[in-house]
Amino acid sequence: MSQVEELKSELTEKLGSDIQIKTEFGDDVLEISKDKVFEATEHFKSTGRYDFLMDVCSVDRQEREKRFDVVYHFYSSKDNRRLRMKAQLGENEKIKSITPIWKGANWFEREAYDMMGIQFEGHPYLKRLLTHHEFVGHPLRKDYDSNRQQHCSKAADLHFEDDETYVPDPNKDLIPLNIGPSHPATHGTLRIMAQLDGETIHRSNVELGFLHRCFEKMAETHEYNQIIPYTDRLNYCSAPMNNVGFCKTVERMLGVEIPPKAQAIRIILCELSRVIDHIVCIGANAVDLGALTSFFYLFNMRERVYSLFEKLCGARLTVSMTRVGGMANNPPEGWFDDVLETVATLRKGVDEIDRMLTNNKIWIERTKGVGGISSEEAIAFGFTGPCLRATGVNLDLRKANPYYGYDQLDFDVPYGTSGDVYDRYLVRIEEMKQSLKIVEQVAKNVPGGDFSIRDKDIVLPEKKDVYGNIEGLMNHFMLVIKGLQPPVGDIYDATEAANGELGFYLVSDGSKRPYRLKVRPPCFAIYQSFTQLINGGLLSDVISILGSLNVIAGELDR
Amino acid sequence: MSTVPTVTRDLHAESEDLLTTAAYTTRFDKLVAWGRKNSLWPLPYGTACCGIELMSVMGPKYDLARFGAEVVRFSPRQSDLLVVAGTITEKMAPVLVHIYEQMLEPKYVLSMGACASSGGFYRAYHVLQGIDKVIPVDVYVPGCPPTPEAVLDGVMLLQKMIESNQPRPWKDNWKGPTQ
Ligand code: SF4
Repeated sequence: MSQVEELKSELTEKLGSDIQIKTEFGDDVLEISKDKVFEATEHFKSTGRYDFLMDVCSVDRQEREKRFDVVYHFYSSKDNRRLRMKAQLGENEKIKSITPIWKGANWFEREAYDMMGIQFEGHPYLKRLLTHHEFVGHPLRKDYDSNRQQHCSKAADLHFEDDETYVPDPNKDLIPLNIGPSHPATHGTLRIMAQLDGETIHRSNVELGFLHRCFEKMAETHEYNQIIPYTDRLNYCSAPMNNVGFCKTVERMLGVEIPPKAQAIRIILCELSRVIDHIVCIGANAVDLGALTSFFYLFNMRERVYSLFEKLCGARLTVSMTRVGGMANNPPEGWFDDVLETVATLRKGVDEIDRMLTNNKIWIERTKGVGGISSEEAIAFGFTGPCLRATGVNLDLRKANPYYGYDQLDFDVPYGTSGDVYDRYLVRIEEMKQSLKIVEQVAKNVPGGDFSIRDKDIVLPEKKDVYGNIEGLMNHFMLVIKGLQPPVGDIYDATEAANGELGFYLVSDGSKRPYRLKVRPPCFAIYQSFTQLINGGLLSDVISILGSLNVIAGELDR
Repeated sequence: MSTVPTVTRDLHAESEDLLTTAAYTTRFDKLVAWGRKNSLWPLPYGTACCGIELMSVMGPKYDLARFGAEVVRFSPRQSDLLVVAGTITEKMAPVLVHIYEQMLEPKYVLSMGACASSGGFYRAYHVLQGIDKVIPVDVYVPGCPPTPEAVLDGVMLLQKMIESNQPRPWKDNWKGPTQ
């Protein structure tokens, strides 16, 4: 019996026969009635069939009688299998919230409510999450115009989830404290609200959405290759990884494999990005704790990587270097040698930081034993990436589900034990070293050949053909008019980004624009745990914990 | 016992001398403008990708300190240059106005990047289509993100404006947020 059939018989026995299981683009898809969603989820959790809930989202099928699809993405780290569970929901119907089973579902469900107005019954706090509190309507519904702005007259007052009637009064009880969104330690766009008992956080709440720039709506109104620049701006500290994640998803849907040379360039870009992402994370974290020196050291290193990117494509930060089907162009001559040279300098730099911080007494005292989380809790929240590995779970998609030949490369995945800020730091330091090792291996033997596939329905012809012969001109013209058209269907694909699993859920209706594109941003799931991590701790630890989670507003709020 | 030496000084001749060698006369407003221009204290209002690039502007390679603007202050009451670096969403707009209002005169605003200047390529339901809808802007720096050089250029432009006491009608006639 194949794995799908096994799953089918298992679920039919448990849930009755009115379920459908099929395989779509290699993923298991379960279609189920909305009343059975809770039961099925409970089954997955209690049997450990799937240990991660990666994402909950919804799709608006405007023309259908039951208008919405609510989609759940599960992942099993034991056998590296994914399941997509879909339930249909009518306009005024409700669906049972799965937050009692998986607390990580909390924000994902709130987001689905905010974006599409899905009502989750039994959700502890079903309020808007990303749009502002005066916003009316649900912007990701197909009948909401992407360019209809609604103005916000004033920022929301201090509020807590468990206390709707709260009015701050410093004379009466605990001291109310608002941090952010414009505060140096909140990196620009996060807002933390707390009540203090002396120096201790009594309770807290966070507000997000201050950088909600409608990525998903923009994706629905642009063509596939036009979306690539938008993906840059998700996690802008490591932009190329988002490009790669998105293109890989579309490529998988199209069923094409990119040439070895493109794979090699993508790996180099990704791993260098991982290094600079960690640099920004550690550098900012240290600055927030008062160690300004490391900022200057680390940012000098980052500049080197930016110079490499600049040589490659002209941009420093927002590179948009990938195209569906490969890369935008060949690297300039000698670029790979530059890469190797940079790797050597970066290696020295990382060692310097290592020496500067790892045994630094102040650093240790501010980070050790601070903001720890157990691996079970972390999994329940949907942690992935360095923050999950710091708790001792050895999960890295580059090993678990290797792509682009990561399985051929020699590197280790570091993991910690206690999951505290110090462990996260150690994991990141080691990951930088491993990434440099990967870059070195790849840059030393770059395969020859083309940097892109040459399918005229997917990739624009090279400029010399467009201007040089009639066929090239025709192909260019046709592709621009017609656009790149993936088959009808939906797909979820994930890569290991700097912060963890970066997933793209793409729904295609066969046209040149995505019907729906949902991003599963790694730090969104991680940041959910924040209030739990800081409650009961010291105010000063808030800063150190926040820095260690590496919350990037661009991907958090999208 | 030593006696204090008595020296006769020709003060008049001395001051004449000073005038030709060391002293410098100027108009008071010019002196103030010169001082202001060389001691801008920026408030980095970094919200997105441009904020990351702004870090490079502050960092060792580009080093805004060369223009006297390295004293970064996150308190609006201590800063006189608001650098808005990044997308401002509808949710963020009231916060931005609040911060701007708290800054003391004289104050300047530098809008860094396409998003802050016009909403950039986010013609979208939750993005403010340019911060000049809610606060007056002195210098716009184009780019997505602008290169650090471009930001330095913007700061130098602002310095020129300050130095020449250029009138700023967009600020003087500001009627408040248009939304
Ligand atoms: S202008 Fe470009 S780089 Fe700057 S915040 Fe906007 S999208 Fe990001």
